Amino acid sequence: MPDATDRRILRQLLADPQIGNAELALRAGVTPASLWRRLERLRESGVIRATETRIDWRKLGYEVQVSLRFTLDKTEPRAFDDFMTAARRVPEVTEIQTFLGSVDLRLSVIARDMAHWQQIYRESILTLPHVSDSDALMLVSTIKDVQELPL
Amino acid sequence: MTPDATDLAILRLLAGDANLSAAEVGREIGLTQPAAWRRIKRLTDAGVIAGRRVVVDAAALGFGVTVFLGIRLAAKGRTSLEEFERAVTAIPEVQTVQHVLGQFDYRLRIHARDIADFERILRRRIMTLPGVGQVEANVMLSEERRPGPL
Repeated sequence: MPDATDRRILRQLLADPQIGNAELALRAGVTPASLWRRLERLRESGVIRATETRIDWRKLGYEVQVSLRFTLDKTEPRAFDDFMTAARRVPEVTEIQTFLGSVDLRLSVIARDMAHWQQIYRESILTLPHVSDSDALMLVSTIKDVQELPL
Repeated sequence: MTPDATDLAILRLLAGDANLSAAEVGREIGLTQPAAWRRIKRLTDAGVIAGRRVVVDAAALGFGVTVFLGIRLAAKGRTSLEEFERAVTAIPEVQTVQHVLGQFDYRLRIHARDIADFERILRRRIMTLPGVGQVEANVMLSEERRPGPL
């Protein structure tokens, strides 16, 4: 279990993921050697799962981002597995979440423009299996997107 | 910018592990350390590499519940949007706020300690937001991030 010092380190790291180790040690009030050991332990125990690179898809020409929400046909026992296997094959899918609620599944999908979106929608989304209902939310702007937790 | 196949290979590697050095990236795809470094620098300068994301096991840190909320505003107008956005971004449990078009006006990602904690956040923080109308909550069971079209 992470202790109070680990939480202090994680609080600082989540608030500023770009931070260097020397500065992180300073802000969390630990020595660099102790920071290194603690980060190592947090990684090994899986508390820190990964440090990923954030890619700005707009800078690569992907201007459209859509949140697609699906309700699946639950009389089909393999509905979730089949759907997820098929969704993983669509390269433009960047996130897959499953839920307990009125929505069963959500996909985050990116496209270059509306014509490209229409093509992905017709060829790769409408063909996903066991869908009983779906709706789309088109991203206008991201107001807040942080990893911080109120630790 | 228009990345070539080598740039995409670099992004694929770094997407999964931002801590890889230029030397390690170069070794994987057959580039020298300086050549890999130059390409990473160019991708960073162009803003394609936008930063890092530290992915933590929220449950291990006491946040066992992640909820996605869809919110519809009761009244729309520029001031109401701005007021709502200012208030919702100030809530520490809210990680993500996106303005969207469709059945809802905003989608939110919220972390709570447990369902009781989520109910507290929903009642005290969300339902009291200025202009809030219909709210739909879905509790996340699993999440998978995909590399995207790289």
